[in-house]
Amino acid sequence: MNFLPLWRYQNQLIDGAIVTLELTVISAVCGLLIGVAGAVALKGRITPLRWLVRSYIELFRNTPSLIQIFIIFFVLPTFGLKLPAFESAAVALSLYFGAYSVEIIRSGLDSIPRSQVEAGQCLGLSGWQVFRHIVLPPALRNAYPAVTSQFVLLLLGTSLASQVAADELFHVAGFIESRTYRSFEVYAVICVVYFAMAMAFKALFAIIAAAAFRWPRRR
Amino acid sequence: MALVEIRDVHKTFGKVEVLKGVSLDVREGEIVTIIGRSGSGKSTLLRCINALESVDSGEIRVEGRHVHAKMPDLKQFRQRVGIVFQAFNLFPHLKVERNITLAPLLTGRIGKSGARALAEDVLTRVGLADKIDAWPEQLSGGQQQRVAIARCLAMAPHLMLFDEVTSALDPELVGEVLKVMEAMAKQGMTMILVTHEMGFARNVANRIVFMHQGRVWEQGPPAKLFANPETPELASFIASAK
Repeated sequence: MNFLPLWRYQNQLIDGAIVTLELTVISAVCGLLIGVAGAVALKGRITPLRWLVRSYIELFRNTPSLIQIFIIFFVLPTFGLKLPAFESAAVALSLYFGAYSVEIIRSGLDSIPRSQVEAGQCLGLSGWQVFRHIVLPPALRNAYPAVTSQFVLLLLGTSLASQVAADELFHVAGFIESRTYRSFEVYAVICVVYFAMAMAFKALFAIIAAAAFRWPRRR
Repeated sequence: MALVEIRDVHKTFGKVEVLKGVSLDVREGEIVTIIGRSGSGKSTLLRCINALESVDSGEIRVEGRHVHAKMPDLKQFRQRVGIVFQAFNLFPHLKVERNITLAPLLTGRIGKSGARALAEDVLTRVGLADKIDAWPEQLSGGQQQRVAIARCLAMAPHLMLFDEVTSALDPELVGEVLKVMEAMAKQGMTMILVTHEMGFARNVANRIVFMHQGRVWEQGPPAKLFANPETPELASFIASAK
């Protein structure tokens, strides 16, 4: 076992980790926006829209993420839409994360009793005001644990982007391995890096939760 | 002209006709208490008055205006009609102050600078000025219900509806809520209550409305109704409520 040959690749490893973080955060933010919009659509009255969102969820939750990335990277160019590797992966992972987020946020919204909505309506608030100020904050709190564990799965899943040669951590590891022939050492190192990033995010999420959800839980 | 005019209202849930032609007038400043067994339609009637439920036929007018779920100024209408629920329905994620000021701020009734003073004012009226920075979850049921009343008062309603507001409370907490309601009654607020509190109905209300099987079965001043019920249904209800 010899980790020394990896030392000169430390900058590449750091860059790879940064790309992984970028890919994760961009996909998570876009995916969450899809999640909120999709959940609202699922609860809405427009039947074709509900049907569309439902199909989207089933499609992305029941097919391999790797194939989703491939389709966007390899197949869309034949229809004239050519995206670079990173962007393709970001779009695919956003849609993947979004599909799970819709269901998570919908169940968060469903956890808010109808009586809360009525209380808001009876005070003369509009539908949007009731949603934004009364339903959404507690719904997000209820959905939060599921969203954060899905986020960690997304972080680990970004390694799939290596297959279209996006310069994220796993791809960098493959490159270093091909140069040094130190497979175990390289993958041990990035394993530790993934683990450290996941744990760091968990700590960050706990801090965010403590700041954002300050009201006491129902007894 | 009566403040609230209810004319031959019918309402069906699925196959069950809950309201079978209810008519009722409530004048300004009047305290009307609706009593009756569960399932007699009293809560449904109350919820129809601010369009939480739609009526199948008949008509409800408040301040002369036809009330229904699609009225163009439903939001403005609801700002003038306060409703307090059995389960308080405070917003758990907002402190007491914000529970009270959310709607006045969002509807433009007050500006940011006046919010704290408004909350202090209405909390003083329900005797909870010291709880302005508490979370709802930190309050007893009676205190939560008084905050819910204060939240309505902050909208300066013309009419208050109370839907079994003491039914979920421990017996020793009922009194503090009734006291607040009694004070509101003395100040001339028009109030319609659905309640099982016969003492309150007897002592504070101007009129008792007894509902039975989806109809107004009997109504009149409390003294007369409790002493000399005309129908056997009311007589048996009073006997069982004692």
